[in-house]
Amino acid sequence: MKPAVLTGAHFMTGDVACAEGALAAGCRFFGGYPITPATEIAEHISGRLPQVGGTFIQMEDEIAAMASIVGASCAGVKSMTATSGPGLSLMLENIGLAVCTETPCVVVNVQRAGPSTGLPTLGAQGDMMQARWGSHGHYEIIALAPASPQEIFYQTIEAFNLSETYRVPVLIMTDEMIGHLSERVVIPEAKAIHTVSRPKARGRKDRFKPFAPGPNGVAPMAIAGEGYHIHVTGLTHDERGYPDMTVEGQEVMMSRIVGKIRNNLKDIIRTDSYLLDDAEIVIVSYGVSSRTSLAAVDEARAQGIKAGLFRLITVWPFPEEEIRKLAARVKGFVTVELNLGQIHLEVERSAGGLAPCVLVGHAGGTIITPDRVLKTLKEAF
Amino acid sequence: MTPTNKSINHPLDDLLRTDRIPHIWCPGCGIGTAFAACLTAMKASGIDLEKTVMVSGIGCSGRGAGYVMLDSYHTTHGRAIPFATGLKLANPELNVVVFSGDGDLFAIGGNHFIHGARRNVDITVVCVNNLNYGMTGGQVAATTPLGAKTTTTPVGNPDGPFNLPLMAYAAGASYVSRWTILHTRDMTESIKDALLNRGFAFVEVLSPCPVNFGRRNKEKALDSLRLYQEKTIIKNDAHPSELDIDFERGVTLGKFVDIERPTCIDRYDATCRPPEMLEEEKAA
Amino acid sequence: MVLWRVPLDSEEIQTTIGIVHILEDRCKGCGFCIEFCPRQVLQFSKRFNTKGYHPPSVVKPGECVNCHYCEIICPEFAIYSVEDLTQSGHAAGPETEVS
Repeated sequence: MKPAVLTGAHFMTGDVACAEGALAAGCRFFGGYPITPATEIAEHISGRLPQVGGTFIQMEDEIAAMASIVGASCAGVKSMTATSGPGLSLMLENIGLAVCTETPCVVVNVQRAGPSTGLPTLGAQGDMMQARWGSHGHYEIIALAPASPQEIFYQTIEAFNLSETYRVPVLIMTDEMIGHLSERVVIPEAKAIHTVSRPKARGRKDRFKPFAPGPNGVAPMAIAGEGYHIHVTGLTHDERGYPDMTVEGQEVMMSRIVGKIRNNLKDIIRTDSYLLDDAEIVIVSYGVSSRTSLAAVDEARAQGIKAGLFRLITVWPFPEEEIRKLAARVKGFVTVELNLGQIHLEVERSAGGLAPCVLVGHAGGTIITPDRVLKTLKEAF
Repeated sequence: MTPTNKSINHPLDDLLRTDRIPHIWCPGCGIGTAFAACLTAMKASGIDLEKTVMVSGIGCSGRGAGYVMLDSYHTTHGRAIPFATGLKLANPELNVVVFSGDGDLFAIGGNHFIHGARRNVDITVVCVNNLNYGMTGGQVAATTPLGAKTTTTPVGNPDGPFNLPLMAYAAGASYVSRWTILHTRDMTESIKDALLNRGFAFVEVLSPCPVNFGRRNKEKALDSLRLYQEKTIIKNDAHPSELDIDFERGVTLGKFVDIERPTCIDRYDATCRPPEMLEEEKAA
Repeated sequence: MVLWRVPLDSEEIQTTIGIVHILEDRCKGCGFCIEFCPRQVLQFSKRFNTKGYHPPSVVKPGECVNCHYCEIICPEFAIYSVEDLTQSGHAAGPETEVS
């Protein structure tokens, strides 16, 4: 029997590293449904979870998979599912429930090319806006974009920590290339892994208000069976959790679920940079596309172009402050992504007209080559 | 002897969110009766109520979870059963009761129902069947009788309804019964049995919807109750294939399935968990 | 037609006398309790409750046998009966047949 944390150096795919990251983070429930190219996460964790006291279930569809992890989280267990675009489309209904009921959970999307069934076995980054806005109504969400198997291991832990801290579903927006890429993954000792659990309900059980926010805007969470007799609903609700069908009620609830993210951006947003200090042209990228962008930066520097990379680790919330600051001093931005312009729009918006923004996009199915990025760097600026 | 409404307590007040009463259900609607029976059964069964959770979907019956003074979850349309599955599997100590309606559980949630029954998830599902979508104003449902008028079948329903106990039986439920809200004691007793059944237990409760179904089909609430009185026959162990709802011919009520078979968790533990882990747990 | 036999010891059986309590403002006037009371203890009252419905009122106090049927059929948690510990009487055959 293997331990929950597989300390040591491994050679594994992004999908497997994601499953191992979940186990290291304390995930003990996975509700899944097979879909290329995310299936390996379910396959791997289905064997591992029962060995570490957790439970895996393959549900009848992605709707049920998502509902089951929200239910499991309400029972106090860190829970996760993994899917690809078509599955995410189905999960968004209950992602909305998790947002509204402030139930922590992690959803992995190993992106493939769409729309519809698209190119099931070939990667893309076309679901970035879907991750942000896919469920109905206005809300804030957290999405991470790992760029290697090693990073997916750590970001899965981060995803759980952020989800538990802010009681919000966290999406891991990886892609087929990273999911299926095998690389060296070093897993530290269990005691070196920092894990966070949701703020716990305390105090008098008859007076507990399950949606009364704490100091950081996040309410402590009562678990089913703890005796708090909570009511949880996807209807607009007041601090007691009771349906509140008023305009005022909607405003209060919305400002809480939006505010807990917007007021904690410094704690949530994670970015990475490469040769950015003196950069005149900034490549903005994430996931697999940030890897090709790195090569393009090196080549550009070799040719005397002062390029740098601004890599998004959290894609949502978007680091608009950082882009705005850069916009004031750089010649321009080049967004590199495997879609026909999604995060590009965010960069453009954040730059606020202070610097021109160019897209190096692709419909998906293959990676964007460094040559193409380099060509655009030269032509556009 | 004098009726009073001052400082008196209904026997179920301890299990009710009394600050939310009166509930939203219309005059003559039977959901309140089915809900009260569910609460009475929960008390009578002797299960630990602190470890009991009610889960509902969306719709009139789906509001049930909002009135019980226990941990309660009002989820998304049709998804009460997969949500309940997650709750139960994550904490097997919980008693999970799904209280929802026919549209929620059998149209949008139909797939989840049959898979919950197939896996034999140890939960209790109480379905209030009022033959239509009440919350949205009386549209045709998967349970609406052939020919019945609804707002989306203005000249009559061209399709036939599901036989819910047959579906539950065929999918593998370990307890299946059908009652009407008029058969209140039988219904209550049946929900109690269902709560105590280890496995996927299903109780269908026929209930009037006078405002949305009845109005268009010349059936006031008391007419529905009279139909329940005159046109039903109690036939325990009747074969589920004989349970079509047709009030012209008569509707069969009773308990049709009451078996024990390994639950989802039993099988998972036996199949997937390392034996040494199970032994450790037993020792603990 | 009433189909049952009178038990041989019916003279010795003590029936309970019930007191009906009505939480008038919870009532929505469906009339289930009135229609299905085996002893016709209840009738619609003429007055309105705060929601504008006519709640039931007890017209035959002393006839209630504390069967609780009004309590369990009521969809509104608005009526219940308790045993009248000050009174008890002999069993009498029910006058109507209910399921």
